[in-house]
Amino acid sequence: MSIEYLGLSEINGPLVVLEGVKNAAYEEIVEFTIEGKEKKLGRIVEIYDDKAVIQVFEGTESMSLKNTHTKLTGHPMEIALSPEMLGRTFNGIGAPIDDLGPIVPEQMTNINGLPLNPCTREYPRNYIRTGISAIDGLTTLIRGQKLPIFSGNGLPHDQLAAQIVQQASLGDNTDEEFAIVFAAMGVKYDVAEFFRRTFEESGVSDHVVMFLNLANDPVVERLITPKVALTVAEYLAFEKGMHILVILTDITSFCEAMREVSSSKGEIPSRKGYPGYLYSELATLYERAGIVSGGTGSVTQIPILTMPNDDITHPIPDLTGYITEGQIVLDRQLHGQAVYPPINVLPSLSRLMKDGIGKGYTREDHQDVANQLFSCYAKVGDARALASVIGEDELSPLDKKYLIFGKAFEENFVGQGRMENRTIEDTLNIGWNLLGILPKEELDRIDTKILDQYYKPVQGTNA
Amino acid sequence: MNRTGIIYGINGPVVYLKGNTGFKMSEMVYVGEEKLVGEVIGLTKDTTTVQVFEETTGLKPGAEVEATGDAISVTLGPGILNNIFDGIERPLSEIAKASGKYITRGVSVDALDVEKKWDITLKVAAGDEVHGGTIIAETQETPSVVHKSMVPPGIDGIVKSAVPDGAYNVTETIVVVTCEDGSEKEIALAQKWPIRIPRPTSARFPASVPLVTGQRILDTLFPIAKGGTAAIPGGFGTGKTMTQHQIAKWSDASIIIYIGCGERGNEMTEVLEDFAKLVDPKTGNPLMARTTLIANTSNMPVAAREASIYTGITLAEYYRDMGYDVAIMADSTSRWAEALRELSGRLEEMPAEEGFPAYLASRLSAFYERAGMMRTLNGSEGSVSIIGAVSPQGGDFSEPVTQNTKRFVRCFWGLDKSLAYARHFPAIHWLTSYSEYVNDLSPWYSEHVSPKFIDYRNQIIALLNSESSLMEIVKLIGSDVLPDDQKLVLEIARVIRLGFLQQNAFHQEDTCVPMQKQFLMMDVVLYLYKKARDLITQGHPMSILKEDTIFEKIISIKYDVPNNQLELFDNYKKDIDTFYDKVLEKNA
Repeated sequence: MSIEYLGLSEINGPLVVLEGVKNAAYEEIVEFTIEGKEKKLGRIVEIYDDKAVIQVFEGTESMSLKNTHTKLTGHPMEIALSPEMLGRTFNGIGAPIDDLGPIVPEQMTNINGLPLNPCTREYPRNYIRTGISAIDGLTTLIRGQKLPIFSGNGLPHDQLAAQIVQQASLGDNTDEEFAIVFAAMGVKYDVAEFFRRTFEESGVSDHVVMFLNLANDPVVERLITPKVALTVAEYLAFEKGMHILVILTDITSFCEAMREVSSSKGEIPSRKGYPGYLYSELATLYERAGIVSGGTGSVTQIPILTMPNDDITHPIPDLTGYITEGQIVLDRQLHGQAVYPPINVLPSLSRLMKDGIGKGYTREDHQDVANQLFSCYAKVGDARALASVIGEDELSPLDKKYLIFGKAFEENFVGQGRMENRTIEDTLNIGWNLLGILPKEELDRIDTKILDQYYKPVQGTNA
Repeated sequence: MNRTGIIYGINGPVVYLKGNTGFKMSEMVYVGEEKLVGEVIGLTKDTTTVQVFEETTGLKPGAEVEATGDAISVTLGPGILNNIFDGIERPLSEIAKASGKYITRGVSVDALDVEKKWDITLKVAAGDEVHGGTIIAETQETPSVVHKSMVPPGIDGIVKSAVPDGAYNVTETIVVVTCEDGSEKEIALAQKWPIRIPRPTSARFPASVPLVTGQRILDTLFPIAKGGTAAIPGGFGTGKTMTQHQIAKWSDASIIIYIGCGERGNEMTEVLEDFAKLVDPKTGNPLMARTTLIANTSNMPVAAREASIYTGITLAEYYRDMGYDVAIMADSTSRWAEALRELSGRLEEMPAEEGFPAYLASRLSAFYERAGMMRTLNGSEGSVSIIGAVSPQGGDFSEPVTQNTKRFVRCFWGLDKSLAYARHFPAIHWLTSYSEYVNDLSPWYSEHVSPKFIDYRNQIIALLNSESSLMEIVKLIGSDVLPDDQKLVLEIARVIRLGFLQQNAFHQEDTCVPMQKQFLMMDVVLYLYKKARDLITQGHPMSILKEDTIFEKIISIKYDVPNNQLELFDNYKKDIDTFYDKVLEKNA
């Protein structure tokens, strides 16, 4: 039996206050019935004695202090899980919106998830080939990793994510099952449509679970969307043994929603008005990537976030970078030079790369080539800075070679076609061709044996 | 008497109780039916504030909170090493047995294995006079470490009875002491100590011995003393964790406490896997045999993150009291500071700079001051060194956590983004970093490595500094216009940067370098500088000097000379002489 409470004592933005409640639990889900017809869900976010502060998911429009009945459900936010979810589309809080009827649940699971015990994790080591040189070669994606794309408005992060989805292969062992969980938080309709179409065109749509909270959908729902999506991902990966790639876009909208709700709760703001628990909240999302030892499945995350004003020190990318295992940074200048994908490799990083590449994984020279390319490309920046002061003509012959190397690196290594799918061999060979532009003495990051085996000076530039 | 309170309000990890409950500050409490562990953090006449170390989802007003009478404390005894704990010393492997792959709430597990029998040798007999800190029994805790059980501080008296040598578990009484006031105390292998109170010692020594880490830029340029404090600040991706891993692996401390405070789960798994495989060069045993991990990953409850730092340092002090040199890696103290900020925000305290609470500085100083080289209560010497990573927002060192940390540490290893972008590792920048221990430690270096060591170190630093001022000019007009002696400074500085400062953590010979090799490397580089400078003053231009491969050869010394064949260094000096003669001959 459950009691219904009539009326509310306060409505403030997405929050309502209910007084006189008995037996309410922290984070419990409540059901509102408005004027006996419309139903909404909410979550208790604060309790003081018999007064509960409730977050309303679908927005507080049409609610008044009198017309609302509130019912406690007695459990925290749960989602129905079933393998049938593959190929289906849901709204931001996990209700089907594709007219194919409700899901028959195999189990109901709390969406908040629980922290994975570090003792039961398995350290990720298998790389995922994305076919994109800048990623495979320099910031290798590892199965079970969380590797965000730091982008800006107007940069082709969506295309990049779509290309990764299309080309990501699990290697030769093709009987392993894979699936994609796609969570859109506050994105434009066109973006969601773009992804839906991409999944369809690449023939993976029956392996995709989509959660859509579009820009005009209620803000509070957005706070739930990634949690719902990750709960599904964990279920498919750890219960059903599938390899799951999770795409979360756009984390910035998620954080904005958090700020909005926090401010209507009257909480004390910390950096830029975001609540003090922004780090912990982001961590509970990102840390849900990984591999459980003894299982066959994995959860790999590619969160996309648009840096406000392209500022990488903004709290959202900053805190994200401290939690995720690296980042792929897109650059407006490269984009302006029509380099696709415009990945700025210098600030990009994959922390798990060192253990997933090299002999037995990719190729023995991989780590050395990557280090050398990074190191040389960093010097290109110095040479360019000098050229902008004294003019290109005045540069030393070596610095001129660096300029040539830099341009070739951006065009041939980083730049590639939107459908181009390079093997790891291709990527590394392009890397060696580029290093051939530079004299051998400059290559100080490569083991002498490997250097002798692979290094070939490029004729004409090295005379 | 059982003191209880009733929950009145809940806000995240903070729970309010109504009325004057009679709870004590810092007392450990059990919250709700699931008996979640919490700590009293505020008391007024009509409310008690409790922070809960586990998720509070599902708690209800009206639920009971029960006081335990003890301050929040850790259990100390054999079994701490070669183990992984959460922020309040619950062993994660036991939690995994109890609750599977996820960490669920209200799991009740013992901090130390109570079943396991330890073979102990008694060190006291009936009639002996004992004091707090007196060693009463020893047991081989791991292949590397002998665990010395001590009389808890504050107990003085005469041993009334002691058990014979044999196998005992941690809760069995092994010694009974009759105190001066006539009361009797039973002492077992395991004892408790509140985490927020430093364990007492009898005296503190000034720093005099370095903590040798095998990392050239640290040992040679910016050394840390045993019992010293260091901070490693750096933006994400600059290699804080990597530097800490290297120190944890190769430093000559006897015990390593690694605190993963609000960091990544996969990183802790990596440490667990790696350290179990890697061999400690000193003892030949796995590194885990001298290590304990405290893992409070970023998605684990925030209040336990705040506690994890104190749990770690209390464990460290316990081993220090046995006479060991302990090093703590705290990765990262910024996450801890953010936990303070988060809790402070929930408590609606008045924020200070950047939203951090005003007591941030005093908490940081209290933590770092628990380091030190000490004479313990039983007269032995032990030390706790703290190496804290700092994750400044946006890599900006002017933020409050970095600035306040800088005030309380004596070693500052500033990581630099542009070095990391160029994959120069360790990315510790030689211009922003400093160590106040250099003077304190110079007698040790003179005695144990070479009398010339400090002089060489200073020359190296001076060269790097001149390079940086020359680079200012080069950035404006290019390096071609510099006079030859300045070009040589740039070249030698390049040799130092690539050949000496850069160190490859994945290279078998280079990952850990003995002091003697570090000294000989400096010796060769400076010898090359001296000879080359001679040539320049005789009028030979830099372009001729650079035709020789000697510079590249010196750079690759770090790979080419194995750590156990230091006699090879003589050949390099000969090579430099040949180079010198050759240039003279050709251009005579």
